[in-house]
Amino acid sequence: MGALFTKDTQAIFWNNNASAIQRMLDYDYVINRVKPSVAAIVAPTSGNKFEKFFYGPDEIMVPVFRNTTEAAAAFPNADVLLNFGSFRTAYDVTMEAIAIKGQFKTVMVTAEGIPERLARKMNQAARDAGVVVIGPATVGGIAPGGFKIANVGGTIENIINSKLHRAGSCGLVTRSGGLFNELSNIISINADGIAEGVAIGGDRFVGSVFIDNLLRMERNPEVKYMVLLGEVGGTEEYKVIEAVKSGKIKKPIIAWCIGTIAKHFSSGVQFGHAGASANADAETAASKNEAMAAAGIYVPASFNDLPQTIAEVYGKLRSEGIIGEIVEPELREVPKVRRKKEFICTISDDRGDEATYAGYPISSVATPETGFGIGDVISLLWFKKRYPKWATDYLETVIKTVADHGPAVSGAHNAKVTARAGKDVISSLVTGLLTIGPRFGGAIDDAARYFKYANDRGMSPAEFIDYMKKEGKTISGIGHRIKSVRNPDLRVSGLKKYAAEHFPSTPLLDFALEVEKLTTSKKDNLILNVDGTIGILMVDMWRALGYSEDEIDGFIEAGALNAFFVVGRSIGFIGHILDEKRLGMPMYRHPTDDILYNVELADEI
Amino acid sequence: MAQRAIREYDGKAIFSKHWEKYFSGFHYGFKSVLVTNGDELRACAQKHGFEWLKQEALVAKPDMLFGKRGKNDLVLFKTAKPGDVTLEDAAKWIDEKIAHEVTLLSGQKGTLTHFIVEPFTPHSQDQEYYISATTVGEDDVLYLSAEGGMEVEEGWEEKVNEVTIPITMDDASIEHLIRANVPSGIPAENKERFIAFAEQFYKFYRDQNFAYLEINPIVMIGNDMHILDLVARLDDTAGFMMGDAWCGAEFPTAFGMEDQSPEEKAIAEADSKSGASLKLTILNPMGRIWTMVAGGGASVVYADTIADLSGNVADLANYGEYSGGPTTGETKFYADTVLDLMTRHKDPKGRDKILIIGGAIANFTDVAKTFTGIIQSFETYADRMKEHNTRIYVRRGGPNYEKGLKDIKEAADRLGLYIEVYGPETHVTDIVRMALEK
Repeated sequence: MGALFTKDTQAIFWNNNASAIQRMLDYDYVINRVKPSVAAIVAPTSGNKFEKFFYGPDEIMVPVFRNTTEAAAAFPNADVLLNFGSFRTAYDVTMEAIAIKGQFKTVMVTAEGIPERLARKMNQAARDAGVVVIGPATVGGIAPGGFKIANVGGTIENIINSKLHRAGSCGLVTRSGGLFNELSNIISINADGIAEGVAIGGDRFVGSVFIDNLLRMERNPEVKYMVLLGEVGGTEEYKVIEAVKSGKIKKPIIAWCIGTIAKHFSSGVQFGHAGASANADAETAASKNEAMAAAGIYVPASFNDLPQTIAEVYGKLRSEGIIGEIVEPELREVPKVRRKKEFICTISDDRGDEATYAGYPISSVATPETGFGIGDVISLLWFKKRYPKWATDYLETVIKTVADHGPAVSGAHNAKVTARAGKDVISSLVTGLLTIGPRFGGAIDDAARYFKYANDRGMSPAEFIDYMKKEGKTISGIGHRIKSVRNPDLRVSGLKKYAAEHFPSTPLLDFALEVEKLTTSKKDNLILNVDGTIGILMVDMWRALGYSEDEIDGFIEAGALNAFFVVGRSIGFIGHILDEKRLGMPMYRHPTDDILYNVELADEI
Repeated sequence: MAQRAIREYDGKAIFSKHWEKYFSGFHYGFKSVLVTNGDELRACAQKHGFEWLKQEALVAKPDMLFGKRGKNDLVLFKTAKPGDVTLEDAAKWIDEKIAHEVTLLSGQKGTLTHFIVEPFTPHSQDQEYYISATTVGEDDVLYLSAEGGMEVEEGWEEKVNEVTIPITMDDASIEHLIRANVPSGIPAENKERFIAFAEQFYKFYRDQNFAYLEINPIVMIGNDMHILDLVARLDDTAGFMMGDAWCGAEFPTAFGMEDQSPEEKAIAEADSKSGASLKLTILNPMGRIWTMVAGGGASVVYADTIADLSGNVADLANYGEYSGGPTTGETKFYADTVLDLMTRHKDPKGRDKILIIGGAIANFTDVAKTFTGIIQSFETYADRMKEHNTRIYVRRGGPNYEKGLKDIKEAADRLGLYIEVYGPETHVTDIVRMALEK
């Protein structure tokens, strides 16, 4: 209760600030966090899907999203947003985060100089939504041993020197980010380090103020006393004084306001932050220091004596048994030299005893009694998921259906010609495969793409046909050379039957069949053909498996449908190549009487 | 900086630019000119559109951010009787005022340089009202009074209605709130007019990102509005959103502030061109203790501690900071400037000069890199520093601080400069104590 962050806290980092993120992950590794503290990055202009970072000696991938809403949807447990947007964008970024209901508990805003009216609106909106804003104009905060924001604490060496790698007993609140580190260091030398610390930020209007943080620390049992470093200007320290006087805060507070120098200069010199300017006598550092001392807060004689005051208060609490002994935790060390990996693999791993497919050892999927078929292996290696049986059976059905279509089709023909030229299996197979493209085998992709496009946009079958006509494109997946309504393609019938019996639902196929009704009413052979059926049912399968439309579009763009055709038809091509070898057929030369020669003497230019 | 004062003239120009959008139905002439001497005023009068300068009785007053100009006898509105000031009277008066230094009742001293000249507006006291808006705590507050003019500050409690407007309040509620809080002293025939103006005044203040806006008095003659005196501050952090809505208003230095020295100006210019932060204020050029501190918070605690421990604030020569990862070149320029200033005057009591190169534990600034610039500057100024018996005290932590401390110590030793260096194990300001105790 009361702690701002824990060892399970995860953040979404807005802006790909690579060095700050790396420092967070180094910290995580050192303190033995189970999960990295950065769940995702939001980078609106990045084209990347992830960024690589070191995690100890290894590298991990942190996913990158274009906006906070998408990142939050993917990581519902990430309840901290680290808003590293500039003063131009930070307001909008925070408002987007606050609008995501129930996601963020804390938003840290680093930008300095956000327009004051926007900062006030942002802070109020956050308060109304129960979101804690740290900043603007801050380096952040830390729960030592649990969670560290960005650059707080500086280098790993300094973090360990300042005992920021494990919880101590002090709650630290400062305005300045630069002095936050310094205070952590002072507290580690003169006491046992901090349990939680926040730099509230230097702008005039900040989200959470001293009192908000101190009241939370009062509730946090890990915090035994607090250190407050205030500043000339404003009246926030008086709220703390009130809380001490009224007994809302009972834990000891050590406090000092910097900027006592300002009293020597009547006006004009701005000492410190934008918020640091005394408009009234009560706002001077000296007045605040006096008032705090009068309220029973421990106030040293000067900043230079602060370490001594901390040592005294800590010593007293220690002798009273309120603060106990700290057991120093085991730490991991981040290697001094780390090398970035050139390749990434997320599908299989050959480092252990036995190589695995998406985590499954090969022996656990290979033999018949494992119950895994080739469809299962494809689902593991291509999609990193174990599909249910109805889906893997469908994948196998597709492969079997497209395995061959006789020797006359261009791919098979090429493979046969190459084999007869005396080339090996690989060369011959590759010639066949290289024929696969928009005109040969490509209809599967296009059918899936266009039918899905129409369906996603809510076009009626008639509108779709109209749309394709306007685009000047024939409808992929519609039409057959010989087959027609009266002479149906039995492969299609089989696929439809299987889908009807085993697919949970087939919305895209249903749509395609409505389209077919219209096209066949014009011409008998404009039926939904086997390519179209395969592609469309693949979309229906992915939808039923719970993929988002974006993910399915991604599969189509990546060429996954084409890949099924490649795998299936390779079986047929190899068959034709072996057939040629077996028959010992000679070199093929096309007969000249099958070629129309129409060659004229070239013009001279 | 965030809230910055602008000239009365610029404030009125902003009003004029947006008048139709906010105050349609009311009329405002914006007959104002800003001049720096009499000839400039005479030249203005020759321009098309400014014929009124020759035709109407005028009022002239300094436009330099300070108030209470009437009490300081710095408003020209009569020679023999109110409303008889001619163009020539105003031009001569201005030339007379700029000729010598002026001391205000507040004690501020300086030379007048900018004047606003406007038509004299005959009106009666009961046509004067008061209106202003600013931010108090987290809310906006609109101040309304049926009484305008200088007297309003006496009897503020009784005469002024305060309307507190939360930042998230919608326009309908704001209008309702203002209507409910209209001062009772407003005569019935002007009430609706005043309410309508006050509502729009608030929206104008809000939308144009003013931090403070006061008209005292505003004179309402039928639907004619006369902004007799205006004080305004803008939130300059909003500048990037405002385009030319602010009419290019400048942010002048407060009256009586000494002009920046060439060195301060040079640092300010370097700061404006850099992503890092470079700040320098000379407090006492004869001072004995000079600082070169990294970080805003640290620069304050060093200044505090020097004032506390030296017992004489005049010892502190400068205040400033370099932070945010300045380049080696930027740091060298900063150090050159400080070392040059430090070695211009001998300490009158013949004491050593003290140079504090301080800083807290940096979050991400490479300490060794920034120290490289300081070391390069040492090379240039070593002889002059020795002439002034300079003692150097360094304290710093953060990335690469061991190398930084080692480098700077080696350089100073090689150049024959007195130096002591400390890292994070020493309290940040303790070098001030060491320097002063020696």
